[in-house]
Order: sequence, then C-alpha cells, then structure tokens
Amino acid sequence: MPSPLSPPLPAGGISQVPDAHGRFGRFGGRYVPETLSAALDQLQAAYDEARADPAFQAELDQLLAAFVGRPLPLLFAKRLTAYAGGAQIWFKREDLSHTGAHKINNTLGQGLLAMRMGKKRIIAETGAGQHGVATATACARFGLDCVVYMGAEDVRRQEPNVRSMRMMGAEVRPVESGSRTLRDAINEAMRDWMGSVETTHYIIGSVVGPHPFPRITRDFQSVIGQETLVFCQQELGRDPDCVVACVGGGSNAAGMFYPLVEHKGIRLVGVEAGGRSSKPGDHAASLSYGNAGILHGSLSYVLQDPDGQTADVHSVSAGLDYPGVGPEHAWWHDTKRVEYTSVTDAEALDAFDLVARREGILPALETSHAIAWAVKEAARRPKEEVIVVCLSGRGDKDAAEIARLRSIENGGAHA
Amino acid sequence: MTSHHDSKGPSSGPLAKTFAALAKDGRKALAPFVTAGDPDLDTTLAVLEALDRAGAAVCELGVPYSDPIADGPVIQASYTRALAAGFTLEKFFEMVRKATGRVKMPILAMVSYSIIYRRGIDRFVDDAAAAGLAGLVVPDLPLEESDVLDVTCKGANLALVRLVTPTTPPERAAEIAKRSTGFLYCVSVAGVTGARTDLPEGLVERVKWLQTKTDVPVLVGFGVSTPEQVKLLSSVADGAIVGSALVRRVGELAAEGPEGVAKGVESYIADLVNAAR
Repeated sequence: MPSPLSPPLPAGGISQVPDAHGRFGRFGGRYVPETLSAALDQLQAAYDEARADPAFQAELDQLLAAFVGRPLPLLFAKRLTAYAGGAQIWFKREDLSHTGAHKINNTLGQGLLAMRMGKKRIIAETGAGQHGVATATACARFGLDCVVYMGAEDVRRQEPNVRSMRMMGAEVRPVESGSRTLRDAINEAMRDWMGSVETTHYIIGSVVGPHPFPRITRDFQSVIGQETLVFCQQELGRDPDCVVACVGGGSNAAGMFYPLVEHKGIRLVGVEAGGRSSKPGDHAASLSYGNAGILHGSLSYVLQDPDGQTADVHSVSAGLDYPGVGPEHAWWHDTKRVEYTSVTDAEALDAFDLVARREGILPALETSHAIAWAVKEAARRPKEEVIVVCLSGRGDKDAAEIARLRSIENGGAHA
Repeated sequence: MTSHHDSKGPSSGPLAKTFAALAKDGRKALAPFVTAGDPDLDTTLAVLEALDRAGAAVCELGVPYSDPIADGPVIQASYTRALAAGFTLEKFFEMVRKATGRVKMPILAMVSYSIIYRRGIDRFVDDAAAAGLAGLVVPDLPLEESDVLDVTCKGANLALVRLVTPTTPPERAAEIAKRSTGFLYCVSVAGVTGARTDLPEGLVERVKWLQTKTDVPVLVGFGVSTPEQVKLLSSVADGAIVGSALVRRVGELAAEGPEGVAKGVESYIADLVNAAR
C-alpha cells in the first residue's frame, strides 16, 4: 500500500496546493488571533520535518496497519446495486477502522506530531463524536491528556460516543453557548488553545481551520483515496467512474478525493447536508448555498447573514451540522473539479434503512448522505459503470437517535 | 506590500492629536473597550458620552460577532446579547455617526475580519471613515493577511492598530510594532480577554522593548480592571485598555436604562483616568 504522506501526484496540477501561505487558490489562509500565530508556525515546521523523516512515516504506517486495521477493503454492494438497477455501487470500508470511522487516521498522525513538539495535552472539538472518540483513542494509546469540546445538543444526540471517550480517560466538556453544536465546540476549543497554546496541541478534526490544519488533515486522510485506487486496480483492473463522499467540514471527502483529482477520468461528487429544505437555517450546505467568507481561521464557503454573522444551520447528522467547509473543497468547487450537491435529512434516513436491510451494514448518518446520492445516480447509469462510495463511518452511534426520530414520525409511539 | 515613512499612520489624525495632548499634560491614555449594542445602541451612545466626560483618551467599540474566538466569556456574552437585541452594521454606523459628532475622544472599531470581509473591505472602510471612526482593531487578522486592509485604511486615513502578544517571537513583534498605526496594542497575557488581578511577569520589560521598536504609543490590555493596575501600567506603558471589567459593569447596570448605565460607567472610568498618569 502507498504511504499516506507521499502521494504519487504529478507536479503543477490542481493538487499542488496549498502554497506557502496556506492558499488553495483564493481560499484558505490563516485568520487567527496573534496569540496563535507562533504555534501555527511551529506546527507547520514540525509537520514539514516529520514528512521528511522516514521514522515518523514508519511509525504511522505501523499504527495504521496494526492499530487501525488498514488497508481497508472495497466491497461490492450487491443487493443495493440490484435495488438501484443501474451502475455498480462499491463501498470503501472506512467504517471498519478501529473506532468506526476515518477520523482515527488524522488523530494518530497529529498525536505523533504533538509528541514531536513536546506537547503533552491534547484538545479537540467533536460534532458526531467520531473525532472525539478517535482523539481520545490516540491519546490513550500515546499517554496524552485529552479534553474534548462537544456541543450540548450533540452530547445528547451522540451519547454512545460520549461514553466511549470518557471510558478512555478523556474529559468531555459540553458546550452550552450558541447553537450548542460543532461550530460552538470549535469556538471553545480555540479559546482553550488561546490560553494553553504553549503546552497544548489542538487536533482539529476536519480539513478546516487556519493553515496548516487543512493541509495536514487532508494529507493524513489521503490514505483513503490511495487505497481506493489500488483496490480498484486489483478488483476491477481500472479506475472507478465516479467516487462520492459526504461533506461537512469535508475530511473524509478530502482524503478520498485528493489522490484522485489528477485522475481526470474519475467523476468526483461531494454530498452536503440538505436538511429539511433549501431555506436558510434548514440545511448545512455551505458550497451549495453559501458565500465566500471567513470562519474559524480560513477563507472558504460559509453560511452567513449579509453582516457576516454565522447563520444557524440544521442537519439530522451531527457531523455535517456545520456552517462552513474546508478551503480545499472551495477550491475544487470553483475549479469545477468536484461537483457538490446535497440530499435531505429524509433521503439520508431512507438510505440508512436501505443499507441496513440490504447490505447488513449500519452506516453513519453522515455517510448515509453519500449513499443516498449514489443510489439515485446509479439508477441513471449503465451497469458497466462503477460508483465508489466512501463509507466513512459506522452508524451504531446513530441508532438511538434514528429510533427517536422514527418514533416522532410515527406519532410519538415508541418504536 | 511594504509601508513607507507613513507607517506611523495619519500623523495629523485624531489619535496622534490625542496622544500629543496627553503627553503635553504628562498623562497616560485610558482606553476603555465597550460592546456596541449591549444591551442596545441607545445605551452604547450614552456610554460613549459618559466615557468622554470621564476623560477616556480613546474608545474601542466592539462590533458583536457570532463566533469571537479571541474573546472570553464576558465579552462573548455581551456579543450574544447585542446580536439577540437586533444589532446590525447599518444601525451601528448610524449610532457611531451620532457619537462622533458629540464626543471629542477618538473612537475605533474592534471588529472581526470575518465581518469586514463579508461587507467588502472597501465598503467597510468607507463606512467606517464616513461615520467618523478613527481606526480599526482587527484581532483575528495577522500580519501576513493584512496588506489589503492596511493599504485601504491608509487611503481613508484610518489607523490600523495591531496586536502583539506574549507568544509573539521578538522579530515578529518588532515587525508588527513597526507596522501598527495609531497605537500598538500590547496584549499582557496569552489567552482570551477577561479581567485578571495581577500584572504578568516580564510585562514591564516587554513594553519598554516594544517602545524602542515603534513611534506610536504602546497601550497594554487584557486583564486590566483596577486603578492600581492602571497606575502600575502607566509607569511604563503609554496607556491602559480596560475591556471585560467595563463590559461586565454595563451588563450589571443594564436594567437601570441608558442614563443609569452611563452614570455608573462614568464614575468607574473617571477613577481609572485619574490613575493614568
């Protein structure tokens, strides 16, 4: 398997980002208080040094193999394909990762970086709880202190993950400000970091935030796309026709797409949270409905009011319930290399049911958005074509919330 | 983009005049921070007039933002209250226009770059200048990203006040000090805003060193709340910035209406002004 930090990509193409200032075209950059500037410079230097160090690479590779269980296979979704009645649907099984989602690739990489920088305390934000669990896991493995900020609404929605984090010794701090979701958890983590930056590393969970976070997280997640290319050659003898991933902040999608963007024949599709409707406040689809703006340290597409105040957003999925998106996605959106679309809460819930019953897999609600789009699209495409869905995480964490939503739908009777 | 000899900003501007007048009297600057629109803009207008009467040298007016990562719980809560009460930029500039017509102290806006960017840099700066603001403090805009706003502010004769923090390495601090216009904001402690009881170690040396790197006055902020602290700071810095302590007072007095808030604020700030010498 290729190594995650050395993607075999051609020079001079769409993949040659970010530049030295963290720019993906006009997007990205670093819009943070001066207090954090030195720490971000330090992180950038430590990361460049780590990339050039074969020992770092070897340690990470070993962890990805023996701790995470990589490489993770490609599965033909036979009965889902039969249901859709068109193109073949294949799943890239990131849900088989230790801790149940792709997030662990990034937390192990950044955990190793933190130790290189001599930092013993880790903070993180989490929405669905997957990144929180992955951070708690890496910290337990490495013997680092761990504090996870989580919106109080998400603590309720994703209770099983809260329990896991605490069992692994992490402190989970519920965030009561604002919308009490992912965005507020990031604010609180940033505030913690403002006062603790000299001893603490902030493991941001997605391809968002100030430079160099979007680049580092993308690189650590690129193992997803690299394995996909290798397995497609093994299983199919060719590249896939289309690859689809869900996009909140966009880390599974960035890790999947980045090694593929120079493969011009592959259609790439990112699926955002369409929520209840396309009205402001009813969705979390920044690329589909947002404007260029600055949130959490970088310039990208954001959902804001005309004064620049961050808008309220909604998604049934806590991991997609975020008013911004990583700057590299904004770059791919504007260069038209990746298509971005959205599916609704209801479509995602239906896709969850479909995959549970027809494939014996409970996908995360985040992932269910990508599946919903793939099923619709497969129906329109010929049988020879191959659509790969990034099955970014497992849905055990969502089972209780889905049961609750279904019982409300059924007039409040307990399911 | 590099600045030329005008890097000290509008030398004939309101800030330069204010600091020159203070120096002439042998006094230091007391610079209060107050959140615009908390609890409402009528109160803010009354507070600005009270600060001016109390002898504040310059005022930083905080523009509420939904996601203020540099601010602690007190200022964050004030932003949330102001936004919930219907704060908008249109109403803000209208209130500032009234205030700058009534007070002699220069007023600066403390504003997130997210808000400036969304309105458009040219438009925001034009609106700020038209409303009579003396400058901008943009706490989430580091040196590397600031060239465009820097040039635009110079064109409109607005100061762009920059911040140096304890985590800023010396070469970088020197560059920031050189490029700051109006004054230099020296953040006393790493962390978010909030009132603290002691002055941190090494601050005195740092302020003295910064003064050798810039021609503009060096004001110290973050954690200042008492006349004793102001007095201590005034022995070395060119002034002190008082933020969270004042915002908390405004919040506590809010029920007493604009005049009640103004009265309480005026006596508090007058005591601090007396200590700033």
